[in-house]
Amino acid sequence: MGEMGMELVKLLLLLGLAEAAVEAEVPRDSLQEELLLSPLPSGDLSATFQFRTRWDSDLQREGVSHYRLFPKALGQLISKYSVCELHLSLTQGFWRTRSWGQPSLQAPAGAELWVWFQDSVSDVDKAWKDLSNILSGIFCASLNFIDSTNTVTPTASFKPLGLANVTDHRFLRYAALPREVVCTENLTPWKKLLPCSSKAGLAVLLKAERLFHSSYHSQAVHVPSWWFSQRSEKKYPQFIIFKTDASCLSVSWELRQTLTVVFDSFASGHGKKDWSLFKIFSRTLTEACPLSSQSKVYVDISSRGQEKELLDVSPAPLSIHEAVVQGDRRTYAVYDLLNPALFNGSRSLNVQLKWKRPQDGLDLPAPVLHAQRYVSGYGLQTGEISTLVYNTHPYRAFPVLLLETVPWYLRLYIHTLSIITKGKENKPSYIHYQPAQDRRQPHLLEMLIQLPANSVTKITIQFERALLKWTEYTPDPNHGFYVSSSVLSSLVPSIIAMKEEEEDLSPLFTSLFPSSDGSSYFVRLYTEPLLVNLPTPDFSMPYNVICLTCTVVAVCYGSFYNLLTRTFQIEEPNRGGLAKRLANIIRKIRGVPPL
Amino acid sequence: MPVAWLEKTMWNLGLEVYKQTFSRTLPFPDELRERYMVKGTNVYGILRAPRGASTESLVLSVPCSPGQQNNQAVGLMLALASYFRGQIYWAKDIIFLVNEHDLIGMEAWLEAYHDVNVTELHSSGMLGRAGAIQAALSLELSSDVITSFDVALEGLNGQLPNLDLVNLFYSFCQKNNLLCTIQGKLQRSDWDSLPAYLHSLQTLLLMVLKQGSGRPQGDHGLFLRYHIEAITLRGINSFRQYKFDMSTMGATLEGMFRKLNNLLERLHQSYFFYLLPSLSRFVSIGVYMPAFGFLILILVLKALDLWMKLSQCDTEADGQACDGEQSPRMVATEEPKPSLLALVPPLLICQATGLALYFVPILGQEMATQHFPVSESEAVVLTAIAIYVGGLALPHNTHRVLMGSGGDRGWMTLKLVALLYLAMQLGCIALVNFSLGFLLAVTLVPVAAIVQPTGPKYLYAVLLVLVTPAATLLFCLFLHGELLEYPISLLEGWQRFLQAIAEGLLDHHLYGSVVFPFVAIFVYPCWLLLWNVLFWK
Repeated sequence: MGEMGMELVKLLLLLGLAEAAVEAEVPRDSLQEELLLSPLPSGDLSATFQFRTRWDSDLQREGVSHYRLFPKALGQLISKYSVCELHLSLTQGFWRTRSWGQPSLQAPAGAELWVWFQDSVSDVDKAWKDLSNILSGIFCASLNFIDSTNTVTPTASFKPLGLANVTDHRFLRYAALPREVVCTENLTPWKKLLPCSSKAGLAVLLKAERLFHSSYHSQAVHVPSWWFSQRSEKKYPQFIIFKTDASCLSVSWELRQTLTVVFDSFASGHGKKDWSLFKIFSRTLTEACPLSSQSKVYVDISSRGQEKELLDVSPAPLSIHEAVVQGDRRTYAVYDLLNPALFNGSRSLNVQLKWKRPQDGLDLPAPVLHAQRYVSGYGLQTGEISTLVYNTHPYRAFPVLLLETVPWYLRLYIHTLSIITKGKENKPSYIHYQPAQDRRQPHLLEMLIQLPANSVTKITIQFERALLKWTEYTPDPNHGFYVSSSVLSSLVPSIIAMKEEEEDLSPLFTSLFPSSDGSSYFVRLYTEPLLVNLPTPDFSMPYNVICLTCTVVAVCYGSFYNLLTRTFQIEEPNRGGLAKRLANIIRKIRGVPPL
Repeated sequence: MPVAWLEKTMWNLGLEVYKQTFSRTLPFPDELRERYMVKGTNVYGILRAPRGASTESLVLSVPCSPGQQNNQAVGLMLALASYFRGQIYWAKDIIFLVNEHDLIGMEAWLEAYHDVNVTELHSSGMLGRAGAIQAALSLELSSDVITSFDVALEGLNGQLPNLDLVNLFYSFCQKNNLLCTIQGKLQRSDWDSLPAYLHSLQTLLLMVLKQGSGRPQGDHGLFLRYHIEAITLRGINSFRQYKFDMSTMGATLEGMFRKLNNLLERLHQSYFFYLLPSLSRFVSIGVYMPAFGFLILILVLKALDLWMKLSQCDTEADGQACDGEQSPRMVATEEPKPSLLALVPPLLICQATGLALYFVPILGQEMATQHFPVSESEAVVLTAIAIYVGGLALPHNTHRVLMGSGGDRGWMTLKLVALLYLAMQLGCIALVNFSLGFLLAVTLVPVAAIVQPTGPKYLYAVLLVLVTPAATLLFCLFLHGELLEYPISLLEGWQRFLQAIAEGLLDHHLYGSVVFPFVAIFVYPCWLLLWNVLFWK
C-alpha cells in the first residue's frame, strides 16, 4: 500500500513537472535554415547552406541530459572537454579567390580544426588529442592524424568569435590536414547532425552525387557560444560584454553547419550559365523543415557594374533584401519557405535564373585581397616558399595577418625571410616565430604586414629539405609531402560605407565575422596547399640490401660459425678397409699386434 | 603569334588564361635562326581540376613561332582543351601552353613558373600557377598529313625522361595502331638478322650523337632540369601509305593525359639512364657503364704503370738503372730530385688557354668585328677556332728554361697527371651525360695511353690531332650525316662544323648546357697536356 502510494506520488509529481514544462513553454532551442545561391564573377554558381541550431542554455554548467534539436554527440563532447569554441571544416577543392571573388566563408583544402578550450582545462594537449580523435570518429575523417607535428597555437590569427577568453591563446589549438580527401562518408555524419536530417527542408537538396559533382565542396561545423541579450535578441561577442550590463545576458550555444558548393556552369551548361534548383541539385524544395523557425532561400540578383537587370529569376520573389556584404552592395531575392503563399501556385519551389544576355569579358574584377603561394627553385636540396599577397584597393592600405605552418622536415631559414613590396623591403610590425623541433612540432610563423594600396607583396623564405628516416616516409613518397595552406586574416576596408546590420536579418555570414566598424569587413583567406618533393631513397634498395645481406649471412656466416664452433677431432680409422681387416685377422692368428 | 586571339579563344573554352612576355638579348646573333634581340609572349591556359587544390599539374606545350609551321599543333591543342574542359575526371590541373621562340620561350616560361633566374632572361606577367608539374608533353606537327609520331627524348645536357613515360607512349601508340618512331627510324619487325642489328646500331648511334651534343632535342628538354618528366612528340609526314587523321592523334594524346592524370606519384620506378636501340628495347646503365669503366681503366692502369716506373726511379735513384727504356743514368744524374715545379708552367698555360677559349670569343667579338670584315657570330666562332689552334703552338717547353732539358721523369710525371685528370673528367661527365663521355673516351683514351715523346713522334702527333675534341666533333657531324642516310660533302661539313660551334656556345649561354664549358675548360687543357708530353723533348 505504502509503495503504491509512493508510486502515485511520483507519478503525480512527474505529471506536475511535465505540465509545468508545457506551461512554461520556453522554446529554448531553435533551428534556422538558409540557402544562399549566388553567381560568382567567373560565371560559376555557388550554393551555401547554413543551418543554425541555437540553444539557450549553458552546456558547461548545467548537467544537461535532454537534447532536442542540438545534437547530443556534439553537446556531450563540448561539456566533457570544456570546449569553448569548435570549428571544423572539411573541404575538397580550393576556393579560387581570384576568379570567384571573396568567399562568404573560406576553408583550406583538406581538413581544418581549431578549438578554444575553457580556461579550466588543465592539460590542453591531452584534451585536444582526445577531442580530435572523437571528432575523427563522429565525422569519419582522418582527424586522428592530428598530433603535435601539425598542431600549432597561433597567437593572433584566430580569435574566438563568441564567448571565450580572448587574451590567453594557450587555450587555442589549430591544425590543418591538407591531404584529407572529403567524400560522401564525411557528408553523411554531417547530415545526421541536422534535426530534420535530409528528410525535409533545405537539406533535401543535399544529395551526395550532385554535391560532389562540383568544382568545390566544403562542409563545416562551427560551435561558438554567445552572450544573448534576452530583451533585444541580439548577440554579443565577448569583447562587447564589458560595455553592456552582463546581468541581462545569458549564455547560449549555437551550432552552425555550413556547406558551400561551387557548380561549374561551364562544363554542365555547355557554355550557358542559366541554372535552376532542379538542374543543379536534381531536387526541388517542397516544404520547410517542420522543426525550423526560419527557412529561407536567398538568390543573389545584384547587378554588376553598369549593366542592370541582366538576370531573370523565376518564380517572382515575394520579397527583396538589400544588404552590404563584404564591401559590396548586394540585392537578394528572398523565398521564405514558411510563407504558405510561396507554395500557392505550385507544390514545389524550383528557383530558376536566366541570363538575358550572354556575358563575357576576359578581365574579372579582382578582389581587394587575394594571395597566391608556390614553391620556387629546383633540385632536391633547397627551395623557397613564396607568397604573393595582392591589395587591389585603389587608395587604402591595410594590415594583413599571415600565419604559416610548415612541417619540420622543411627546415626554414628564418634569416632568409624577405618581404618585398613595390621593390622595397616591408618590415612586419608584429612577428612571432616558433621554430620547429624535429618530429615534435612544426614551424609557426605569424606576421602582421602592412599592405600599401594597389600593391603586390612578395614574401619569401628559403628552406632545406630534410632527409627522413626511412620508416617515416609515406607509402607514396614520390607523390610529395603537403604543406598546409597559410592563413591570411585581415580587416579589409570597404569601398562602400556599410551600416550596422541587424545581423539576424542579413543573409548568412555577415554575422559570422562581424565587422568591427562600418568601414571595413573581416576576411580570412587560405592559400593553396603546397606539394613538396623530398629527397627520396630508392625503396627497392633496402629490399635488395636485405636480400643480399641475408644471403651473405646465410652462406658466409653459417659456414664460418660452423667452422668456428665445431670441435675437430682427429678420428682414428678404427677399422680399415677389407684388406686391412683381413690382414689384422691374419696377424691375430699369427700373434702379432694388429696394424 | 596572335596573342589576343589565343587569349580570347582559350578564355572562351573555359580556361584561366595568362600571358607572359619575355625578352632576351643573345650573346651574339644566331645566324641560323636569324635572331639576336628576342622578344616574345607565351600564352597559357590552365584547366583547373574540379575539386583539386592545384597542387599538381600536367603541361601540354606547343611551340608556335612566326617562321615555324606548327599551326596544326595549336589547333589540336585547342581542340583537346575544349574536350578536356567538359570532363570531370581530372585530378591534376592541365596547363595548355603556346610558347613563342621555341626553346627561349620555353626556358622563359619555366624560369618564371619556378621563379628562378638561371639565364639572363627578363620576363614579366606571370600570374597563374598550378602547383608542382608532374609531367609534360610537347607537341609539334609538321604537316597536315601525319603518318607517324617521332619521339624525341634527349634533353639538356643529355638528360633523359623516365623510361616509363616513353614506354607508356609507345605501348599506347601500338594499341591505337599508330606508327611510332625514334630518331626517325622505324623499328624492324625481325630481330635476329644482321640487317636488323645494324639498323638498331644506327638508331643507337644516332641517340648517342644527339645525347652527346647536350642540346635539347625539343621543348621537353628544358623541363628535365626541374625534375619534370617530358617528351616531345613530332608528327611526321614521311609519305608512308597509312595516314592518321587528327582525331586518332587527339585520342592518343587524350589517352596519354588520362594516364598521366591517374599517376599517384611522379614517375620514378623505371630507368633514367638508358640508351634505346629501338623503342621496345633498351640498354640500361648497368650494361653500358661497365664497358665505359673498362675504357677508363686503360687510363688508370697506364697511370699505375707510370707511377710504378717513377717510384722505381725513386728507390733506385742512387745512380742505378732508373728506367728501362732510355738512358737511365742520364736521367738520374740530371734530375736527382725532380721537383714538381717543372709541371706548373705547362699546367698553368694549358688551363689558361682553356679559360681563354671559354671567355675570349664572347668578350672579344666587338673588337674582332671592328678589325676584321666578319659578322659577330662568325667572329665568335673564328676566334674560338683561332684560340683552339693557337693553343697548339704555345711555348710548351718552358721546363727546359727552368730545369734544363727535359728528362724522362718530367714527361712521365706530366703524363701521369694528364691521364688521371682525363680519367676523372671522363668518369664525371659519363655520370651526367654518358654519350658525351663515351664519345670522348673512345677517341681520346687509346691515343692518350700510347702517346709519349719517344718513338714515332709524328705518327703520335697526327693521331693526337685526329682525336682532339674539335676533330671528334667534325667526325661526329659526318657520322650523323651517314646515319641519317644523307651524307654531307666536305664543304658542307665545314659549314656544319662552324654552325655546331656557334650553337654550342649559344646553348651554353641560353639554356646552361655544359658541353662547351666542359670541353673548353677541362677536356681541351687536358688534351694540351698530352700535346705537351709529346713535345717534351
